[in-house]
Amino acid sequence: MSPSDLSLEGRKWERFTPTERFARTAIYLITAMAVIWSLRTIDIIPEFLYDAPEQTADLFKRMWPFDWAFYPAAIHSALIETFHIATLGTILAIVMALPLSFLAARNFTKNPILRWLAQFIFVSSRSVNSLIWALLFVAVFGPGALAGVFSIAVRSIGFVGKLFGEALEEARPGPIEALEATGAPRSMILAKGYWPQVEPAFWSIALLRWDINIRESAVLGLVGAGGIGVALDAALNNLYWDQVGLILAVIFTVVVITEIVTSYLRSRIL
Amino acid sequence: MTSTTQTSRPQAFPVNWPARLGWIALTLYALYAASTLDISWARLVRGIDQGATLLARMFPPNTAEDKLELIATGIFESLQIAVLATFFGILLSLPLGFAAARNLAPGWLSTAARGLIAVCRSFHPVIVSILFVKAVGFGALAGILALIVSTMGFVAKLFAEVVEELDPKPVEAVRATGASFLNVLVMAVMPQVMARFVGLTVYQFDSNLRNSTMVGIVGGGGIGAPLFTAYQRFDYDVVLTILLIIIALIMLCEFASARIRRVFQ
Repeated sequence: MSPSDLSLEGRKWERFTPTERFARTAIYLITAMAVIWSLRTIDIIPEFLYDAPEQTADLFKRMWPFDWAFYPAAIHSALIETFHIATLGTILAIVMALPLSFLAARNFTKNPILRWLAQFIFVSSRSVNSLIWALLFVAVFGPGALAGVFSIAVRSIGFVGKLFGEALEEARPGPIEALEATGAPRSMILAKGYWPQVEPAFWSIALLRWDINIRESAVLGLVGAGGIGVALDAALNNLYWDQVGLILAVIFTVVVITEIVTSYLRSRIL
Repeated sequence: MTSTTQTSRPQAFPVNWPARLGWIALTLYALYAASTLDISWARLVRGIDQGATLLARMFPPNTAEDKLELIATGIFESLQIAVLATFFGILLSLPLGFAAARNLAPGWLSTAARGLIAVCRSFHPVIVSILFVKAVGFGALAGILALIVSTMGFVAKLFAEVVEELDPKPVEAVRATGASFLNVLVMAVMPQVMARFVGLTVYQFDSNLRNSTMVGIVGGGGIGAPLFTAYQRFDYDVVLTILLIIIALIMLCEFASARIRRVFQ
């Protein structure tokens, strides 16, 4: 090899291959086109915008001072109901999602059609919003907390099942083979081989979903599925903005407390 | 000697009493909560009957010309809401994320930015869109503004974490060559954060698309409005058509976002 080959003269250093660069440029272009298309065709009524600042000021003026007497009268019981809906919904979601996550995990299910079926259920569950699930379950069970519990549960199946299935796939085979070699029955392999490995992931997923579900269950009442959303809907329809403000403040407080509690618990688990 | 070893033979898997009590407590709680929510077997059975009727009325999905036209308008509006909310939301999240990063911004600024992010995160998009419907009236704008708020709550928080994890060495190296601030940004910061940032953007677009199907229920524009109308008029076959289209759209979007993420890996 002659020394001239080693010289850096005339060499061009590039980070990406032409295909990579093409793909990136295409994505940038498509993004720009999507934004321009949306901006040009979106239907915005400018007449509504003229008094937006006044409307906003009016909104806050009507909210303060809060109607404190409303808390013991209606909010407290609705808040407890919201809490129950979120928690029961999460428990029910886990009960329904666990079998499906075994069906979705590569190391448990060899049949690709069954795995695909589990994935399909997960994606459907996540694609439809909790509020839309709530509409359907109100039609099935009638208005009330039962519809709320089911919409929270069905909406959460996809999240819990997908993540727990991935945790199962990541379990190390060593302890499981050791248990198999002792002739342990299938239930023991699950309880003593897999469970200790996936337990942190399980609790972490459950807590994360519970945190999300507390937020979501607060709005289910807008379509009649129980909880604090029912009180919010009534206050909005009656234009009692001082009650609306109080309900929003209560939801904010509960959500912040839940987030602090779950992030503390998760940091202890992981 | 022999008798003591026999009685104290260790169990391979001793019973974990705290864990067992915890599970029992959880079960008791579930039963108690179910009873306070008036959940009973009779209601479940009646619900299954109702569900069968509902499904019977949903099938086959309604594909009448005029309904499809209405649905197409709503779906396009949902897409527009998702695109614009993601675009402007991220535009606003970048400075907010930098302001919230503890390694770049002064303490008071990062605390204030973190507070703003926490407020954005705490409220469900539906609640935020109710407030915006009051402020700017019915229509897509209220939905866009509501989703911008939730985008800021999510993207700014994670972007601040990305910036905090930034490796300072490349930044110092590029700066040592006498590069300008913009050059440092393009050559040292961007390559480090780009993959995470694209992942965040794509994830948020997915999430905004899901939420944009819902803000219409409270007047925020998009497919939610025709869906809610069809539901209230008991046109369950139209509801099914809309749901199937939403599911197809979101599956398509998830597929596309996985591809995009791979390009920017």
